[in-house]
This record gives sequence, structure tokens and C-alpha cells, in this order.
Amino acid sequence: MGPTAKRTWIHAWLFLSPAMILLIAFTHYPAAVTLFHSFFSTPRGKREAKFVGLENYETLIADSTFWTVLVNNLWYALATIPLSIGIAIAMALWVDSKLKGRSFVRMAYFTPTVLPLIAVANIWMFFYTPGFGLIDQIRGAFGFAQQNWLGDPESALNAVIVVAIWKEAGFFMIFYLAALQTIPTSLREAAAIEGAGRWYFFRRVTFPLLMPTTLFVSVNAIINSFRLVDHIFIMTEGGPDNASSLLLFYIYETAFRFWDTAYASTLTVVLLLILFTVAIGQFLLLDKRVHYR
Amino acid sequence: MSAARAFRFDYDRALSTTAAWALALVWFAPLIYAVWTAFHPTEFSTRFVLTAPLTLENFAAAWNAAPFARYFLNTVLLVTSILIGQFVLCTLAAFAFARFEFRGRDTVFVLVLLQLLVMPDILIVENYRTMRFLGLVDTILAIGLPYMASGFGIFLLRQTFKTIPKELDDAARVEGAGFFTILMKVYVPLAKPTYLAYGLVSVSHHWNNFLWPLIITNSVETRPVTVGLSVFASTDQGIDWAVITAATLMTSGPLLIAFLLFQRQFVQSFMRAGIK
Repeated sequence: MGPTAKRTWIHAWLFLSPAMILLIAFTHYPAAVTLFHSFFSTPRGKREAKFVGLENYETLIADSTFWTVLVNNLWYALATIPLSIGIAIAMALWVDSKLKGRSFVRMAYFTPTVLPLIAVANIWMFFYTPGFGLIDQIRGAFGFAQQNWLGDPESALNAVIVVAIWKEAGFFMIFYLAALQTIPTSLREAAAIEGAGRWYFFRRVTFPLLMPTTLFVSVNAIINSFRLVDHIFIMTEGGPDNASSLLLFYIYETAFRFWDTAYASTLTVVLLLILFTVAIGQFLLLDKRVHYR
Repeated sequence: MSAARAFRFDYDRALSTTAAWALALVWFAPLIYAVWTAFHPTEFSTRFVLTAPLTLENFAAAWNAAPFARYFLNTVLLVTSILIGQFVLCTLAAFAFARFEFRGRDTVFVLVLLQLLVMPDILIVENYRTMRFLGLVDTILAIGLPYMASGFGIFLLRQTFKTIPKELDDAARVEGAGFFTILMKVYVPLAKPTYLAYGLVSVSHHWNNFLWPLIITNSVETRPVTVGLSVFASTDQGIDWAVITAATLMTSGPLLIAFLLFQRQFVQSFMRAGIK
């Protein structure tokens, strides 16, 4: 390194180090140490943590709750992501068009984004209440029997998924709205002259042009489906019988209710692996299919 | 022919307007319902008659049943300290990434971007251990500290700083200004819209954050409103819907009102933050 390069280096690190120290302390270090601790036992009382090799991972494979929660989370992701993205695109197209009362509609779509998930979970819980809740009242008007949406293992997870879609679609709409505004109007005019229908235009022009946004939003949606568990705390506590529990909620329970931190670390390693797979997938996809010709 | 086409077009449009409005009403329903329940006596929680008397009693009951004033103070302290921390740290780091050519810059930047994927939110076990080691458990600082160096903030500001023509800071350098002066006098003022956008996104995110604050706090003096609300809604099971809904509206109130007033800015800010 020459003297100028060295000076620049020192300057750069003077600016960088405060942020980097915190970033490493609360993201990189804990991620690395999680892996390390997953090979140890949980220290209890006077017994210190000792190296146990793959024992925690053997427990993991034999743990039926883990598998339930993992399958739940995958289903949760598979259901929330396409539905919220589909709704978000529809929302964006509507809000971007010359719609009557557009500003109200936009506000209605976006409002869930600024409300705390933990707070709206309370409201949704009342919707789902058997008998008195709004959903059952509407169903009752059509002669359906009342149903315990959150108490039935068949419906609990889906009930939670509905809330997640409601919460996220408006947020994703924003990204599509931004992308739509970059599509030149000349394209639409040209298509109109050619006599292309609206659906045809969407399928062949708009949707492909939105592909980079869709990839970006998908990655965000996947991360969120493993990160947002607030509503579980209020609505179901993961129940009944873990039917609506998600991976991060299970990690929370393991670490802070059962105080089995070593096993919680092992579960976190699984979560990290999933997220890294997503990142690698995004990286591989990025150059190939996303960019339109 | 042209009349038929015009008619078809209108039909299309009416259909899509109806669908858009129907969806908007469904999306707004929880909020409308919450407002209805919170402002009416309990017996009207599930009965929708227009003559139902209005009341503020649910809010009074909720306010008196739990130390919400303290929770609000905690949230405001939390959100402000995070915002200040983020602005300072991310500005400095973003400037280094945007304006210095140094060895290893790209590698370090990838490390920063990694945080977009692995957020502190999921590293609860180890971050709790760290906070205990630092003796910070149950402090407002502990809630905010993991979020202050934000990968998203650094990325966003770096993108903005990179659009600022280098001639501007070369000119300032000629006049003898140091890097820090250039940053404060040239870069920060030009990036104001980005700061506003990032600020709104950050405040609404951390006002609403729940899991980490739940884990790291265990007293009234530190709990933010989200955690306070969950404690309130789960411990007092005798409390009725109307009061819980009032509390729910109260906790989201300031943010909601700000959003309704500055709707356009909010949407544009999220958009600006999203495009980058």
C-alpha cells in the first residue's frame, strides 16, 4: 500500500468503524456463535456447557414438534407469498389507473403496513371469535354453523396466514407502484394502436417488466415469513397442539420459556440455513430469468 | 363499432372500480370495526345499530388499567434513540462506501448487505446473551442497540451519496474543507429526502416492533407500547373487547394519525426507500 492508499484506508475506517462494530456485534458475531453453541449442551445451574458434538442435531431430527413447525412455516410461506404478491400487483394496477376515489383506496390498502402487527392481531382475534365474531356473524346470516377458527387445528394456521397476507399486500403494493411508474406510457399507446387488449398487455408487457420487482418482493416476502411471528403471540400461542406455530416462535419458546438455549441455537442454525438458501437462490436467479429482453 | 367499443370499455372499468373498492373495504374493515367497538359501549361490540351511543369510556378504562403513559414515553425514547443512532452511524458508513476507494471495500459492503437477510430479529438467543454480558438487559438502549447500525440504512444512503457529483466535493476540498465538513455541508443537505424517507420507515418499523422488546424488557420502565399492549391484553382476561380495542387503537394511534395526515409523504417515502 502506498502512502496515499494507506491514508485513504485509515480515513475510510474512521468513518466505517462505529457502524461496523455494532453490525458485527449484533449480526455476524451472533450468527457465527449460534453455530458454535449448537454443538454444546445447555448450561444448567452448576453444570457448565460441554461439547456434545451432533447430539442437538440428533434431538432435532427426532423432535416431532420441530418437523410440525417447519412444515407449518413452509406452508405459511408458500401460501402468503404468491397470494400477497398477486393481491399487491392488482392493488398497484388499480391505484395506478384513473380510479374514482383513488386516494382513499390507496390509503385503505396501505394502512395495515403502519399498524403494529401485535395490535391488529387483537382486532383479528375478535373477527375469528366463534359465534360472536364478525366472520361467524356473516356466515350465520347465510345459515352456516359457527366455527372455532383459531381453536381448530385444521383452520388455525390458515387463519394466521390471512392476517399475514392482509398485513403485507399493501406494503408490497408500494414497490409495484414505484415500478409501474417507470414503465413508459408510449408502450401502452403503441399497444393500444395495435389493438392489444388490457389483459394481453398486462401478460405480455407489464408483468414481464415487473419481474425484477417481483423477485425483490419475493425475497422480502420469504424473509418476512420466517421473521414475522408477532400475531402468533396474541392469536394462538402456536396452538392448538403446535398447529399454528412457526419456526421463530418455536425458537422463542425453546429459549425463553423452556430455557434450553443450546437447542434454540440449533433451531436458529436451521433458520439461518433456510435464509442462506434463499440468498443463493436469489443470486443464481438474478442474472438469468429476471431480466426481460 | 366505436360506440360498442366505448361501451365495452366502460363496462370493464366499472368492474375493476368495483373490485378495487370491494378490496379496499375488506382491507379497511378491521380498522373500521376497531373504531366502532372502541367508541361504543360493550353491548354494541357485536351489534351494529346506528343509534348506539358514543363513548370515550373504553379509552379511559384502558388508560387507567395499565401504565400506558409510561409505555408511550418508552416507545418515544426508543424510536428517537434508534433514529439518531441510525442517522449518525449509517451516514458515516455510507460516506465511506460512496467516496473512498480502499482495499476490501466490496467485501465489507457484502458484509453490510448480509444484514438485509439475517436481521437481528432472528438472532434472539445470542443477542440476549450479549446484552446480559453487557449488563444491559431491561434497558431501552438494549432494545435499540442491535438496530442502530442498519444495513438497509447504509445501503440507502450510499446509493443517494453516489448520485452526488464528485466535482462538488472536489471543489470543497480545494477550498480546504476536511472530509467531515464536506459530508456535513455537501452530502447530508443534498440527501434530505432520503433521510425523511428512511426516517419514516424506521420510525414506523420500530414503533411496531415486538419480539425483541418482549424478550429484552421485563419492567414497566422499559416496555414499549407493543409489549405493554400484549401484557395488558393477555393478563387481564376479565377485560372486555371494547377496552382491549380501545387500547389497541391507542397504541397505534399516533402513527395512524401521522399516516392519515401525511399519507402522500408516507407512501412516497416507502416508495423511495423501496426503489433503491
